[in-house]
Amino acid sequence: MELVIIAAAIMLGLGALGAAVGMGLLGGKLIEATARQPELGPMLQGKMFLLAGLIDAVPIIGVGIAMYLIFVVAPGVGA
Amino acid sequence: MAGGNPASTTEYIQHHLTNLVYGKLPAGYERHTEQGVEVLEADTWTMAHGGQEASDMGFWAIHVDSMIWSIGLGSLFCWMFLRAAKKAHTGVPAGWLNFVEMIVEFIDGAVKDSFHGRNKMVAPLALTIFVWVFLMNLMDLIPVDLIPELLMMAGVPYQKIVPSTDPNITLGMALGVFVLMVYYSFKIKGSGFIKELTMHPFNHWGFIPVNLFMETVGLLAKPFSLGLRLFGNMYAGEMIFILIATMFAAGAGAGFVSGGLHAELFGESTSGYFWLVIFLLVSGICWLNLKEKISTGKTVLLSMAIMAIGGGLFALGGGLMQWGWAVFHILVITLQAFIFMVLTVVYLSMAHEDH
Repeated sequence: MELVIIAAAIMLGLGALGAAVGMGLLGGKLIEATARQPELGPMLQGKMFLLAGLIDAVPIIGVGIAMYLIFVVAPGVGA
Repeated sequence: MAGGNPASTTEYIQHHLTNLVYGKLPAGYERHTEQGVEVLEADTWTMAHGGQEASDMGFWAIHVDSMIWSIGLGSLFCWMFLRAAKKAHTGVPAGWLNFVEMIVEFIDGAVKDSFHGRNKMVAPLALTIFVWVFLMNLMDLIPVDLIPELLMMAGVPYQKIVPSTDPNITLGMALGVFVLMVYYSFKIKGSGFIKELTMHPFNHWGFIPVNLFMETVGLLAKPFSLGLRLFGNMYAGEMIFILIATMFAAGAGAGFVSGGLHAELFGESTSGYFWLVIFLLVSGICWLNLKEKISTGKTVLLSMAIMAIGGGLFALGGGLMQWGWAVFHILVITLQAFIFMVLTVVYLSMAHEDH
């Protein structure tokens, strides 16, 4: 049963890691592009939000599954 | 509702994740009710009591709550926008009409950006999807216990008020989008669609099975990821609301009533010390009263105040966390509704691209 907790931890951790790298790249490139061509700012920002939502989905789904594992599949382990 | 021990916390969570299911139980099925075991004599269409019965109903079972809330919200959207549309005029809009015009223009702009074919249906479809999904997601911001508890008092055992935390709803919508994709692909491209499926990455007849496999997987992945993304986001969000509720609601309730139960956040012992401090403070006030340093009225008032603050701290902690997550969640629900809409439009746009 303790392995379920480890699984949830890996799920949360690696998901957050990947999303953080992705978000960092995304935001960095947005600022770079907006600095180069400020008039494209609003259009790029809209696209950035769309992609941010796409990136965000994977770790959030991971959080959901991890929460399910911790509190429903393996309840009471160490709690 | 939830106590501190893991068993009832789990029960509370599972109760919140169970739909109100209507379906058929087979003859001879043993129902575990409060009066004992009841054996059904014939096939019965009934509401399920608990997740076990719901899963035993098999395929032909309906999630009544998801259906009612989603169809209700869809009707609400139609009615509200119809009211605005009837009042529309060429002058300067005000109030609700202004808001509706803003949304319509926003969607119109988004569709014009990403849809390049000719189709009268896509923009209204996009508007419907955006507002409908947004309204379904918005149900997540209603305090988790409010409506289920009220309905429980009225005798409805289970209630999930956020339809988009039900994979049946989100995947159902994605399936609708998929049907439209295939329909327009055939309508616009005709045999070109078949060609796209069979000849696409490697343009040689010997590669037809490979091409077909790759393109089919790509085609099926679109609606699947579309539905699952919305479901996953809303499910995780709902789960976090529920978890905050289990952490703090128990502590706050206990704080007001008995002043001795543990909250999950600080662990059993820390919470015990917390209540010990409160107890000592109250005792100190009573002692001061015995020494006749302060009046009885003030004693009662001070004791009540300290106990209320003790319980209130937990309530405040829970309230603040719920509020904080809700504020972040406003971004998530809007973004997910927007993404669902944009991807629908993009997929339909791909179906309209004739080579």
